[in-house]
Amino acid sequence: MKRGQQIEDRISTGRVPDILVKPGAKISMASENMSAGKSRTPAPSSILHPLSSSTPPPLEIHDLTVAYHKKPVLWGVDLVVPCGKLIGIVGPNGAGKSTLIKAIMGLLPASSGWVKVFGESYQKNVTRVGYVPQRESVDWDFPVNVMDVVLMGRYGHLGWIRRPGKRDREIAHECLEKVKMLPFANRQIANLSGGQQQRVFLARALAQESDLYLMDEPFSGVDAATETAIITLLHELKARGKTLLVVHHDLPTAKSYFDMLLLLNMRVVAFGPTEKVFTYELLQKTYGGRLTILSEVAHAVGEKG
Amino acid sequence: MAAIRRFLFYLPCLIFLLLVEPVHAAKISEISETHVGEQALRFFTFQDAALRYALIGSVLLGITCGLLGSFIVVRRMALMGDALSHAVLPGVALGFLWNMNKDPVAIFVGATLVGLLGSATVGLITNTTRLKEDSAIGMVLAAFFAVGICMVTMIQHLPKGNKSGVDKFLFGQAAAISEGDVRLMAIVTVLTILLIVVFYKEFLVTSFDAGFAKAAGFPTRLIHHGMMLLLAFAVVISLQAVGVVLVSAMLITPAAAAYLLTDRMNRMLWLSAFFGMAAGVLGSFLSFLSNNLPTGPFMVLACSTIFGLAFLFAPRHGVVARWLRQRSRSARIQRENTLKSLYHVLESRDFHGESVSTHELAEQRRETVEDARQQALQLQHHELVTLHDEGDAILFTPDGWQRACAMVRNHRLWELYLTNAAHFAADHVHEDAEKIEHVLGEEVVLQLEKRLQYANKDPHGRPIPSLHDVRQGARAESGPVELVGYGRED
Repeated sequence: MKRGQQIEDRISTGRVPDILVKPGAKISMASENMSAGKSRTPAPSSILHPLSSSTPPPLEIHDLTVAYHKKPVLWGVDLVVPCGKLIGIVGPNGAGKSTLIKAIMGLLPASSGWVKVFGESYQKNVTRVGYVPQRESVDWDFPVNVMDVVLMGRYGHLGWIRRPGKRDREIAHECLEKVKMLPFANRQIANLSGGQQQRVFLARALAQESDLYLMDEPFSGVDAATETAIITLLHELKARGKTLLVVHHDLPTAKSYFDMLLLLNMRVVAFGPTEKVFTYELLQKTYGGRLTILSEVAHAVGEKG
Repeated sequence: MAAIRRFLFYLPCLIFLLLVEPVHAAKISEISETHVGEQALRFFTFQDAALRYALIGSVLLGITCGLLGSFIVVRRMALMGDALSHAVLPGVALGFLWNMNKDPVAIFVGATLVGLLGSATVGLITNTTRLKEDSAIGMVLAAFFAVGICMVTMIQHLPKGNKSGVDKFLFGQAAAISEGDVRLMAIVTVLTILLIVVFYKEFLVTSFDAGFAKAAGFPTRLIHHGMMLLLAFAVVISLQAVGVVLVSAMLITPAAAAYLLTDRMNRMLWLSAFFGMAAGVLGSFLSFLSNNLPTGPFMVLACSTIFGLAFLFAPRHGVVARWLRQRSRSARIQRENTLKSLYHVLESRDFHGESVSTHELAEQRRETVEDARQQALQLQHHELVTLHDEGDAILFTPDGWQRACAMVRNHRLWELYLTNAAHFAADHVHEDAEKIEHVLGEEVVLQLEKRLQYANKDPHGRPIPSLHDVRQGARAESGPVELVGYGRED
């Protein structure tokens, strides 16, 4: 196996975290138990599709490897995401959480593997995927107001040339209402607080009217009120059958926010229901035994009982 | 006061900056000894064809540069425009060498190709080394420009060919614009306007959030390259009038001025195109007045003047507007502090008697009587107090009383909050409260009051004015009291 060989090479250079040493090792009971969970060893596709082939899963990733300047940041990710779940992607800095999300949408080139969205390539189902990028990724002094940004959520549906019409404005209006940003519709986006800017991004994603949402740290730098509002909204979306993948930084809240967790550290450490995955051993594996994080984790696990 | 003095100090400098251009123009017309009026008449009556072309050309290039410049500015690609404009010079020379003539189409093709080669080189250096874009641009710009200068000098020493006007590409000469040039400029301008109108949505979303645009299915790379191509076109058609050295200013400056004036992209495009046009016409006009000196510098000076005006007088982001806002804020704070002092005087004698003398006010504020009188007059001007006995007795108006109570109340509530909730020592809170009292909003004051369980004494043991105190001063006839400055009663 080529990848196995690569991993061996990296081990010999001593630059790879300890957890990568045993690529074939059993990851966890939790991930084994999950019917849609990942598996390192190549499995017949019938096993990867236990949900029957009638409805393809919202997201299926097979052996996805992503590299920056030839240095891999994500290794052989296998993932089958079940429909209608709110899933947190958790892992230390540099674990490749954002990279995974970007690679799914083709914003970063994959060195190997494939991604299927609702059984098709991403490009074919582009309008069924909503995206919330990191807030820092744009220039907030850009000369647009809140409404303009939310309307951009409609652009994917409009395709080329066509301009947003009355119906699109109505949708944008409703989405702003949902995140309680309607009073700010005509404000230039620089004159918003961090939490408000995040809600504008969320409204834009809502306006995409998608079935699968990929969100890159929607909770970073927001106030407590916004955080509550966002999580309520995410649960509402889930209740309407949407699937949500959310990159999340904060471990203690991760436990209470998400149905399922994807523990990531350059590869999938575990993927499964929160109560099964949020264990001391798996988190230690994910965070590589770093002490500062450990105490935090220990606290979070302690609270669990 | 200090602010005013500072402003008066800077004023001559500002006026000088604004006058630079007219002064300049006046001097040149003296040297050239032409009749300004006559020349102006010639310019605006389109008497000769060369002038007509110069004028139409300037308008066209102004519009194109203004429109594309807007996108360049918001995409933070201003340096790229600079690189592109310098890199085209070898292309101009190659275009000339093609058939030893100043053929607009050959020069256009040569310049565009070499310009794109330049930006590709920048991309190559950035992608394959660890050098960042600014260094790459700096090197490529200079290298291509050097090659261009060598080639242009060489052409001028060639024995044959009609080489007139090749040197004009350096600093621009609107008068050298030919019919063929105008035709080409018109084509590029129409193309630019058309593409921006048709693909406005695509340009907007890729400029604001390229990642999102790509995720939504738009080919961001294609759009980016399309825009770079348009940018190369814009630079090349502007060369004849503005010159290689200064063309990037025509791209950036009108757009930057527009950026200061508006918060919407579509308005920015309109404004920027208008500024570009105005600068183009003004530049070629001034150059014409001063006996055909290079046009480029005049156009750029015109742009810079427009930018200077926007910088100073933009309604929201402008320096003057900010200064006026700052000044009115500090005047308000000054008034509120005086009102508070009046309250303190009354408080110090347990509110016996209603009038405060100027003398008492001066003593309270540790100022001269004259200063105190000035401030009392200010308050009277804003109908917060009335003056009696030839200005020696100061009496609150109902509004003044409410504002004074509100300030004292804000101050003491904040002090109490700092000591009780944030555990500051009682002697650490006064300075802070002096600043905060002027900015606390009604909402916050209500919250503070609730948090402090409607306490009525501040950390120093002085009473916090209650709503009842305010009532006493309010107008008797006004029914339900409309309170000024702080929370209403529930």
